[in-house]
Amino acid sequence: MTDITPALPEAAVARAIDTRRMRVTDEVAVSIARMNKWYGTFHVLRDIDMTVYRGERIVICGPSGSGKSTLIRCINALEEHQAGKVVVDGTELNEDLKNVDKVRSEVGMVFQHFNLFPHLTILENCTLAPIWVRKVPKKQAVETAMHFLTKVKIPEQANKYPGQLSGGQQQRVAIARSLCMRPRIMLFDEPTSALDPEMIKEVLDTMIGLAEDGMTMLVVTHEMGFARQVANRVVFMDQGQIVEQNEPEEFFLRPKSDRTKLFLSQILGH
Amino acid sequence: MSDLHAHSVAYVRDTMLPEATPPVREIGGFKWLRENLFSNWWNTALTLVSIYVIWWLVVQITPWFANSIWRADSLSECRAILDGATGACFAVITERWPQLLFGFYPRSLYWRPTLAAVLLLVAITPLLMPDLPRKLLWFTAAYPFIAFFLLWGGTIWVPVVTMAGFGVGYLAYLATRSLGPLAAAIAAIVAPLIWWLFLAGPVSGALGSVMPWGLQPVRSDRFGGFTLSMVIGVTGISLSLPLGILLALGRRSDMPVVKMSCVIFIEFIRGVPLIALLFTASLLLNYFLPPGTSFDLILRVVIMVTLFAAAYLAEVVRGGLAALPRGQYEAADSLGLTYWQAQRLVIMPQALKISIPGIVNTFIGLFKDTTLVVFIGLLDPLGLTNAIRADTAWNGIYWELFVFVGALFFVFCFSISRYSMYLEKRLSRDHRQGMTR
Ligand SMILES: Nc1ncnc2c1ncn2[C@@H]1O[C@H](COP(=O)(O)OP(=O)(O)OP(=O)(O)O)[C@@H](O)[C@H]1O
Ligand SMILES: [Mg+2]
Repeated sequence: MTDITPALPEAAVARAIDTRRMRVTDEVAVSIARMNKWYGTFHVLRDIDMTVYRGERIVICGPSGSGKSTLIRCINALEEHQAGKVVVDGTELNEDLKNVDKVRSEVGMVFQHFNLFPHLTILENCTLAPIWVRKVPKKQAVETAMHFLTKVKIPEQANKYPGQLSGGQQQRVAIARSLCMRPRIMLFDEPTSALDPEMIKEVLDTMIGLAEDGMTMLVVTHEMGFARQVANRVVFMDQGQIVEQNEPEEFFLRPKSDRTKLFLSQILGH
Repeated sequence: MSDLHAHSVAYVRDTMLPEATPPVREIGGFKWLRENLFSNWWNTALTLVSIYVIWWLVVQITPWFANSIWRADSLSECRAILDGATGACFAVITERWPQLLFGFYPRSLYWRPTLAAVLLLVAITPLLMPDLPRKLLWFTAAYPFIAFFLLWGGTIWVPVVTMAGFGVGYLAYLATRSLGPLAAAIAAIVAPLIWWLFLAGPVSGALGSVMPWGLQPVRSDRFGGFTLSMVIGVTGISLSLPLGILLALGRRSDMPVVKMSCVIFIEFIRGVPLIALLFTASLLLNYFLPPGTSFDLILRVVIMVTLFAAAYLAEVVRGGLAALPRGQYEAADSLGLTYWQAQRLVIMPQALKISIPGIVNTFIGLFKDTTLVVFIGLLDPLGLTNAIRADTAWNGIYWELFVFVGALFFVFCFSISRYSMYLEKRLSRDHRQGMTR
């Protein structure tokens, strides 16, 4: 398997990426130091060290069960870590629930299964958190919501319910819903893996638009084309550890670790 | 694809078929009859047997209603008029319906429970119809105090001062808000408690001596009939739902103490018959309470019925909560909603919607269980039928009274049931295809 010549994955979206605003700064957005996590006695994350600078677009990949979801869920405290230090936007995640709420309102998250609120309209989904968490006046929240719904190209669906939309549309709403909180960091956990191929494109396109606006993004995905086009860094995880990370071109053309090579040969399916 | 259809022959339709009507056998009443009643010999036999049973029931029951006597002074007079024929003696209802509705409530004051019932309709309308202006909910919030004043009478200052306790709580909250949310929450709970326990009595007494406004007081032992059922039922229903929701949340809580207390409470209450709780309410509390405290019997019953229904509702609501996908909690968390915001805005609206049939079931059960208070000496409608039979004029009359009381309960319970169906339909129309996993 490992003797296959490495190659760049095919582009996810057939258009040029506007890189003018995609700039990595020196400002630290997320810093993770010697973080460990156990589920019961199962050591799921081992000594994770990672610093994310503002403006970075990091793609995290790795085999199933390697702890990718767990890692990014630790960044907004959907999962607790048991050892080490996680600092997000200058706020350390610890026992203090105030810190947790603060971090969560600054960090947006998009899930594999969208997790829209089915009893609320698209517009209400988008205005709920700004109104209740940020205490934004309703009128302003609606304006913001319409702005981002326009950005993800579905303003005309605003008054429908999630159940009436296609999967791709729902995922774009989920992205807009996160953006309405004006997050400074966005986390994506396999945002396209529950979607049909033609819908994957529209969601990836939306995410690329976000990257072009300079958003700091951590994306767990198997879309290697997206990684090649958008990421400034690809992180490969296996068995709860970061095995290798590099710039996309290096990562795909000159992988160092055998496990990375094996993974790439499988996922790029040559 | 192409190799799958290797042998298919190319085909293009050149004329389009016009729309046709289905054959006669496939439409209208004829089709319905054939498919539903006579589809095979077994169904045909069942249909014929059912028709016979229905016909027999109608033949038996119709004369009883058709010959019914509505004007007579006693059962023997009814029998004399009927002269041996079957027939109901609804004259007892004509004469005694006020008693069945109001118990021994003073006759000149019947307008008070009646007004309370009408205002109840006004108060619940904004709850039942979410499209109405939200301001009407203020009346709903004030209704319990208005109803208490109308039903029990006495000085107006007792309900007013009690209501003022909530204002006291709010002021305490405003005053201590700068000290942090926990301090403010404690102040908002403690201040009104102090007000109700120590200050409300003297204050309302003082106000009453200056401005002696009020209605003629009516003691609890005059209450009876459908009024009593309504008082217990409506109070029980409106208090048990919030309590049941809290118990359900408590049972799912991560905090062991909260969780354990909720589990013990729920399992204890569910394991004990309601009638035992009612006896406890009427007898045992007297031992535990300091001698001389008179703790209104209706109030005790309401508390017991509420706790009983709350334990059942807690399990119903827990079922609804368990049916929600974890992603809903995670999405709410990841947006930064607090626990209570997530519960109120995201989780409960969905969990309660799923639980509607179970909740309504419990409500209807609670309402019908109010008739059990007859065993501790309260005169619910069924208890009153005994009181009516104690009168020599109506000695021996059963069916007519039970039919009337049954009809009253049926109207009430059936309306609840129909409303819940309307609500379910309305919610599912709103949510369309429902959940996205
Ligand atoms: N709540 C949990 N309790 C116990 N074990 C868990 C829990 N969640 C995940 N795990 C285990 O932790 C490991 C890492 O899970 P995680 O979901 O982070 O993997 P992943 O890399 O995201 O995989 P996938 O690509 O399949 O999503 C897996 O072996 C999984 O079985
Ligand atoms: Mg995962």
